[in-house]
Amino acid sequence: MSCSTTDCLLELYDEQHELEDYQSGVPRWCTGCGDNAILAAVQRLCRDEGLRPEKTVFVSGIGCSSRFPHYMKTYGFHGIHGRALPIAEGIKMVRPDLAVFVNTGDGDCCSIGAAHWIHAVRYNMNLTVFLHDNQIYGLTKKQASPTSPIGTKSNTTPRGSYLDALNPLSVTLGVANASFVAQAVDWIPESLFEIVKAAYHHRGLSFVRILQRCPEWLSKSFDPWMQDTDRIQLLHHENALRLSAGLSKTYRNQREHDPLDMNRAREIASSEDVIPVGILYQNREIPRYEETRQTGVLRTIETVRQGFEAELDKYTV
Amino acid sequence: MNLLKTSPNADRKSITTLTEHIVEIISDSGEGAQRCGQSLGSIAARMGNGIWTTEIIPAEIRPPARSVAGASGNRIRIGSGYITNGGDETDLVVAFNEQVLLGRVRARELKPGCIIFLENMWRKHTDLNISMAYIEAHDRLVAAGYKVIEFPMEQECKLLNADPKRGKNMFALGMLCYLYSFDLQMARDQIALTFGKKEQAVIDANVKLLEAGHQWGEAHLDFCFSVPATPTSQSQIVVNGNTALALGVMASGMDLCSMYPITPATSASHYLSDVFEKVGGIVHQAEDEIAACAFAIGASYASKCTVTITSGPGYSLKQEAIGLAVMAEIPLVVVNVQRGGPSTGQPTKVEQGDLMCAIFGSHGDAPKVVMAAATIEDCFYAVITARKIAEAFNMVVVILTDASLSSSQQPFTRPRFNASWLAPPFDQSPIPEGARAYNWDASTGLARRFVPGQPGGMHTVTGLAHDRDSHVAYDPDINQEGLRARSLKLAALQKTLTPPEVFGEASGDLLVVGWGSTKGAIEEAVASLRSEGRKVSSIHLRFLQPMQPGIKEIMQRFGKVMTIETNWSDKPDEEIIDESNRRYSSLAVLLRSRCLIDVDCWSEVRGQPVKPSTIRRVLLAKLDA
Repeated sequence: MSCSTTDCLLELYDEQHELEDYQSGVPRWCTGCGDNAILAAVQRLCRDEGLRPEKTVFVSGIGCSSRFPHYMKTYGFHGIHGRALPIAEGIKMVRPDLAVFVNTGDGDCCSIGAAHWIHAVRYNMNLTVFLHDNQIYGLTKKQASPTSPIGTKSNTTPRGSYLDALNPLSVTLGVANASFVAQAVDWIPESLFEIVKAAYHHRGLSFVRILQRCPEWLSKSFDPWMQDTDRIQLLHHENALRLSAGLSKTYRNQREHDPLDMNRAREIASSEDVIPVGILYQNREIPRYEETRQTGVLRTIETVRQGFEAELDKYTV
Repeated sequence: MNLLKTSPNADRKSITTLTEHIVEIISDSGEGAQRCGQSLGSIAARMGNGIWTTEIIPAEIRPPARSVAGASGNRIRIGSGYITNGGDETDLVVAFNEQVLLGRVRARELKPGCIIFLENMWRKHTDLNISMAYIEAHDRLVAAGYKVIEFPMEQECKLLNADPKRGKNMFALGMLCYLYSFDLQMARDQIALTFGKKEQAVIDANVKLLEAGHQWGEAHLDFCFSVPATPTSQSQIVVNGNTALALGVMASGMDLCSMYPITPATSASHYLSDVFEKVGGIVHQAEDEIAACAFAIGASYASKCTVTITSGPGYSLKQEAIGLAVMAEIPLVVVNVQRGGPSTGQPTKVEQGDLMCAIFGSHGDAPKVVMAAATIEDCFYAVITARKIAEAFNMVVVILTDASLSSSQQPFTRPRFNASWLAPPFDQSPIPEGARAYNWDASTGLARRFVPGQPGGMHTVTGLAHDRDSHVAYDPDINQEGLRARSLKLAALQKTLTPPEVFGEASGDLLVVGWGSTKGAIEEAVASLRSEGRKVSSIHLRFLQPMQPGIKEIMQRFGKVMTIETNWSDKPDEEIIDESNRRYSSLAVLLRSRCLIDVDCWSEVRGQPVKPSTIRRVLLAKLDA
């Protein structure tokens, strides 16, 4: 579209940014909330990648995690419940020059916005999507979410939730044009950062489910996995993430996985006993909707005039 | 009147000169009556006649063949002068079978004694049920006083080795061109334009059928009509309201239309999908109505104003997102091509039922601009105006059209492209230090908006209450301030509007107030009564929110005021209806509350454009009450 010409702007000087350049306000999340870890990883990404704050947009829906854009000193769009993805798509469609991130929660993405999630995967626009999955509605004070494990006691399910949890990884991997699917956990900052970084560098929709602790409403939900490091399975591959020595030492359960192997990715996604951490699937060849829809026509007054007059000619009597 | 010549090629007996005539062509779906009607309208417009074409659409895509409810076609009102609406009943009809014709008879759409050209292939049909049905219908129509001419379309088309299923419509067009004394060369030109995308052989075959129909008329008909035209020197275009909308989107300089399929709005997006990319624009078909609106909001937020086009049910779904655009002050144009409601209602039928939800829709106080197109031409210019208002005021602008405007055709002066219609490139200049994201002007509520890419303008827009820095507001005063600013913008816009023009004298016994597609019919009824010395005038509102100034002053110069609308209102003569419970039509409610004047209303929700003769009767009753 017309706007891509803004890509042509010359950078006349190198911009150096510090972490503070991306920090805005004091997060109002609870102490121990996994959102804080995600914010730290993303701010570090912005600094390390030298993202220009004015060319970066964080889009969110509604929920605890959707406050995220308010804590970034970039452009932000804190929208309405469930609709972060279509808003972000609209931005990216007309402004491919912007780096567009989406922060969405398990209620926002997997419940009220589920239709948009499926279609966003299919559009495969160049967006980096973080699913902050704490398996519970936090802002509305503890109701079961689609990713709450069956039996979760909440204010709407005082005797335990009735349904099996929806698996966001399996769902995403089942949608046409899925091009990047990864999982991270908030309590392993090093791998969280590496996954966020890989997601940012992927051209296409990168979907990162981040398992995130909610100290207020489900404080113990991830304890079994935190206490037994063998129940975290690190995925690695020469075409994906490589494990650092430190990480390898702490987390012994490692699995080599080629991210182009969809069948294996689906198998890993449905692991129940262990939490897989890393890139489950990545395919760089899938077309991006905003590129497919490029008209190749530079919009000028003259092109519009000519196109318009040609149409009027058809209807002139 | 003797309708058929006693011997072919005998001299033409009579040319009847008319000031106007209403003709319709009806068939089963897929037989081409629509195209025949549209082409006839365009040829008449080429002749310099005023026209208004109305689509006749069955509710189903493919209703069973030969079914009473299956009539598909077009009605064309042809006049010597400018035609502003579809008019009253039909004077002449070409029917491809007797069943679709019976549907129109039962709907009381045909004038008593109307001339009927009826395809006669059914008389000798091998299926006895069909031939009996034809003969019975034919005889009953003749007995009822209709002038029925059995029209051998199938037979004649077969002589040309044409597939009659596909060719009849052009044969009928040729006959009608003879009948209305239209220039055959203009008809040939119109066919060349209509089939312009196809190969020459297709055009030639259709021209051959056209000529054959013309010859048939000349050889067999003992009468014909002339509707003298008053050609204008300015070139005209003939389009329907949805095409006009799409052309308006193109001419307004918008880059993106985001939509979800819904009747009767979709044809605007069909047309845009075909042509928008040629000027670098994109039509995005979203996964649902909410996404279509959110996508448009995202695009508007990051660049220029965008548009989403929908109809009633889709409009309801978009309401929350529209509220977000209001709250975040993101320019957005929303078109609602109204259809019958509530719920799924009558998807292909006209109604003005969405005025209240357009003005008051979305929860909380969500002030937005609401405009209504009154003519096909308005559908074009309204988009350009709406885009400008949306960007100047950072507001949502809703354009209401309806199922009648969407599919009706009327010639209007070919627009002269104006570079100032286009949206300027979006601002990417740096924001001066200290500038605030919502620096609401104290008297107008207006604030400059910052677009991503502008250095120094970084902030997070939010649907939450927010202060001038777009920070979430918890302070009561700040919430008060934000609501005030967003409301004041409507007043600021209102100050730029001018009072509506009065059609007729500036004072009198009765003032009729209308909005939307009823303009032509209302003014025709008013003009007719005025010609008889009745002191009735009308005004037609193009802005419903904010309303133009001076409306109350105009109303005060009339003894009585009433609105004419096609939405629901309780009839005061119902047993349990009285002033304490009567529900008025939407515009009447708005005028009563705004002007404290006892505005009456009359409305109907028959799904059809209201007829001038109906309005005339209503106004007479009001005048004499």
